[in-house]
Amino acid sequence: MRFVRNYSSLLLFVLLLAGIPFFVEDPYFLSILVFVGIYSIATMGLNLLMGYAGQISLGHAAFYAIGAYTSGILTSQYNVNFFLSGGCAIALAVVVAYIIGIPCLRLKGHYLAMGTLAFGEIVYIFLNATVDFTGGPSGIAAIPEFRVGEFFFDSDLKFYILVWCIFILLFVVTRNIVHSRMGRALRSLHGSEQAASAMGVNVADLKVKVFVLSAAYAALAGVLYAHFVTFISPQTSDLMFSIRLVTMVVVGGMGHLWGCVLGSAILTVLPEMLSYFEDYDMLIYGCILLGMVMFLPGGLTRGAEMLYAKCVKKAGKRGDA
Amino acid sequence: MTLSSQIVQFLFTGITIGSIYAMVGLGFNIIYNSTGIINFAQGEFVMLGGMVMVWLTTMVNLPMPLAFILTVAIVTVIGALFERLAIYPLKKPSVLILIIITLAGSIIFKGSAMLIWGKETHTLPHISGEEPIEFMGATILPQTLWIIAVLAVIVTLLAVFFNFTMVGKAMRACSVNPTAASLVGINVRRIVLLSFALSAGIGAVAGIVFTPMVLMEYDRGAMLALKGFCAAVLGGLGNGVGAVVAGLLIGILESFGAGFISSGYKDGIALLILLIVLIIKPSGLFGVSEASKLKEF
Amino acid sequence: MKSSALFVLAAVILFGFVSVAGAAEPYKVGAVFAVTGPASWLGEPEKNTVKMIEEEINANGGINGRPLEIIVEDTVGEEAKTVLAVKKLITREKVCAIVGPSRSGTTMAVVPIAERYKVPLISCAAAEAIIKPVKKWVFKTPQSDADAVRRIYEKCQEMKIDKIAIMSGTTGFGKAGRDQLKKLAAEYGMTIVADETYGPKDTDMTAQLTKIKATKAQAIVNWSIVPAQTTVIKNRSQLGIKIPLFQSHGFGNVKYARTAGAAADGVMCPAGRLLAVDTLPDDNPQKALLAKYKKDYETKFKADASTFGGHAFDAIMLVVEALKAVGDDKAKIRDYIENKKGFVGTGGIFNFSATDHVGLDKTAFEMLMVKDGNFVVAK
Repeated sequence: MRFVRNYSSLLLFVLLLAGIPFFVEDPYFLSILVFVGIYSIATMGLNLLMGYAGQISLGHAAFYAIGAYTSGILTSQYNVNFFLSGGCAIALAVVVAYIIGIPCLRLKGHYLAMGTLAFGEIVYIFLNATVDFTGGPSGIAAIPEFRVGEFFFDSDLKFYILVWCIFILLFVVTRNIVHSRMGRALRSLHGSEQAASAMGVNVADLKVKVFVLSAAYAALAGVLYAHFVTFISPQTSDLMFSIRLVTMVVVGGMGHLWGCVLGSAILTVLPEMLSYFEDYDMLIYGCILLGMVMFLPGGLTRGAEMLYAKCVKKAGKRGDA
Repeated sequence: MTLSSQIVQFLFTGITIGSIYAMVGLGFNIIYNSTGIINFAQGEFVMLGGMVMVWLTTMVNLPMPLAFILTVAIVTVIGALFERLAIYPLKKPSVLILIIITLAGSIIFKGSAMLIWGKETHTLPHISGEEPIEFMGATILPQTLWIIAVLAVIVTLLAVFFNFTMVGKAMRACSVNPTAASLVGINVRRIVLLSFALSAGIGAVAGIVFTPMVLMEYDRGAMLALKGFCAAVLGGLGNGVGAVVAGLLIGILESFGAGFISSGYKDGIALLILLIVLIIKPSGLFGVSEASKLKEF
Repeated sequence: MKSSALFVLAAVILFGFVSVAGAAEPYKVGAVFAVTGPASWLGEPEKNTVKMIEEEINANGGINGRPLEIIVEDTVGEEAKTVLAVKKLITREKVCAIVGPSRSGTTMAVVPIAERYKVPLISCAAAEAIIKPVKKWVFKTPQSDADAVRRIYEKCQEMKIDKIAIMSGTTGFGKAGRDQLKKLAAEYGMTIVADETYGPKDTDMTAQLTKIKATKAQAIVNWSIVPAQTTVIKNRSQLGIKIPLFQSHGFGNVKYARTAGAAADGVMCPAGRLLAVDTLPDDNPQKALLAKYKKDYETKFKADASTFGGHAFDAIMLVVEALKAVGDDKAKIRDYIENKKGFVGTGGIFNFSATDHVGLDKTAFEMLMVKDGNFVVAK
């Protein structure tokens, strides 16, 4: 019973996801959901960093690209097994995140924002300049599709199932982290770093851990992207993509785990529906971001919760009378 | 072309580009000092300066000096409006929120500039012609001299402003301790507004003198902001003289790096410097490490 | 419980879009271009061109009595969005062929989809990798980089130049050109004395040009796209460099030459004949077509016609010819295009074959020179 209560929302979500392919088989629609899943995985980590550790990374696209390129190169040029290549991709992102994170997070405040911004640009330049290794600006084509043994994930439906299974797994893991000792320490950190450190929380160490974890999530999302699209170019690491990921987190709701799905879904589906965004695209992104932090800093999840609470209150009052 | 004249040429190029980084770095510092905010939209002020100037001179057909004054005024007002509309209404915002707000601001500026002036590259005539001046086998453009002169004027004016005027002194007081400043009767919020206006104005001037050299288009801002930030951090965040020296230094290093190492990695040089400074000496070349520990950012 | 309410919201958004079934009457052709975003200088003329042709054909009674419907999707120049756009066109709109995408990167991202769903894709992007090795369902209309390089090297030989300096942007286009320049140098007896690169957003190439100035180079070949190619022209004159400058066929809009002002005078580039149509001899087989396209485009959109719009013109006209001849069967359209010979387009005279999915050779290029803000055929 406790399990059901704890995971009621997740169960509902799984049912919804499982139901979708029975109603729509359209590869276009499923592809959109695959992208939503991939972005959700990347933003889940970023959400931890922004919502819980109160830090911002403007270079998450770089970790995403590290994941995509490492796995892409290893599988297409060296015929490495998928699990190994994925593992290597994540391991590389973790190591790099440590190198960036330790000096930046040792300092008080938001040096991480600029450090990651610079790092993201460096990765972008590196991917463009190392032609022999990464294919340079033309990228890497013909990356093999994901497969386990002889089972190929060669259709949109199969990939849809794969991505969302991974998402749900990660979601459970992340949820446990948030509710663990580490999660509580993280939340105390958001309140007041001094207080947290007075209570014996190693603030810098904790922030580095969250940053590294978020980089690993982004790398995993990148690996999935590479094997879904089967082509990668340095574009995957550009600044606008990092900003888009940040926007997804802000729109969905910082510090709310479901926020990552909501934000990713809205910012992937909305532009598809409103193809007349066209040239206003950039302006709209900017306004959404600005409007969100100014008027609804908790994001849509918090907004929906507030709305829900209000409705319940109203309903309760009416019931009394 | 001999090696020595090559070196002179790289030096000229570096100083020209470095002057712009220095101006952007100065803008960062002014806002940072009075608010503790890193204004991600700083590069957009440079872009707006260039674009508005192009618009006023080529489409509205105003004479150069009038257009210059009007451009600086317009961009200054934009900077002030940005502060009033997006920063002022917030009650006790966290640094994270402030970063996202200035980031959003920069995207909005960029998006609007694209809609208003299109995606093409624009150019301006050089102030005193394009005839290169020969010097030790290298060439230098009159515009470079203008850029250096403008930087010198800005630095002098800022020094006078901060050291000899009441408002300037009040701004310095705010940067040391805003609470204490407000206790002695300084209107801190007005100082914040002023700092945004001032750094937008400097950005606009930078954009105006820079555009004839390198052309201008709507998405120039981000890279300029990044390089300017590198200058500000290398010089020690909040340190005006530091930003100018560091800006010139980064410009020169980039130019020599592109010339003697590899041009493909040119843009990486400033960023690498930034990362190294953050790792080894976050207080920068001229910053005092004790002072930087007290800062919010 | 609270959060379950959120799913209602999420579900509404996810299910919110329902396919709108269209009437199956017209011939449906898909088009994916970077209409907005950083590559819109490619996508915008391309979109304008196909829309113009759609209008013209339908005004004249359509194809085989059936109207032509071109569904344009905007890719914003992004790979992920292009993948979605192409899947949408194929599986939802059930188009019989696709023209575009605009960029090489976005094209490479959707090649596997075209192959899997067996839909002819006629790309408007330049990279060799798109058609080498030959992919069954993929064609392209822009001339190959190698042919542009050959034209430049031939011109160099004519001018008695054998030492060149090359500059290229670190974009897909720049890299492809640089590879070809290096590969073909020996064949034409060229020595590359400097090989410089720069980032696509670089605003100053003085350092690279200073290095070149110090070498014994007799000409500079620059391979990049806007705005870098304008910066190179300006910086070159600022440094007082007098040796000739060749641009790539990416210099395909007269606007770029005008931005650089007087500094652009004498700059040469290999390009399709569209840009210098007025200076072509009257017996040129392309002249009538080029003049008509240029006039139509410029009167309709009040903007200079560019070779990029021309690539889209060639792509869509190939599909139109195929529809006229064989109807909207995908496999038949593919076979028709693969066997098409002597097709007169804006980019040249196309002769496709099973081993050549671009169908153009170096004769498609004319060497043009900028003169007073206009292109003329270089003598």
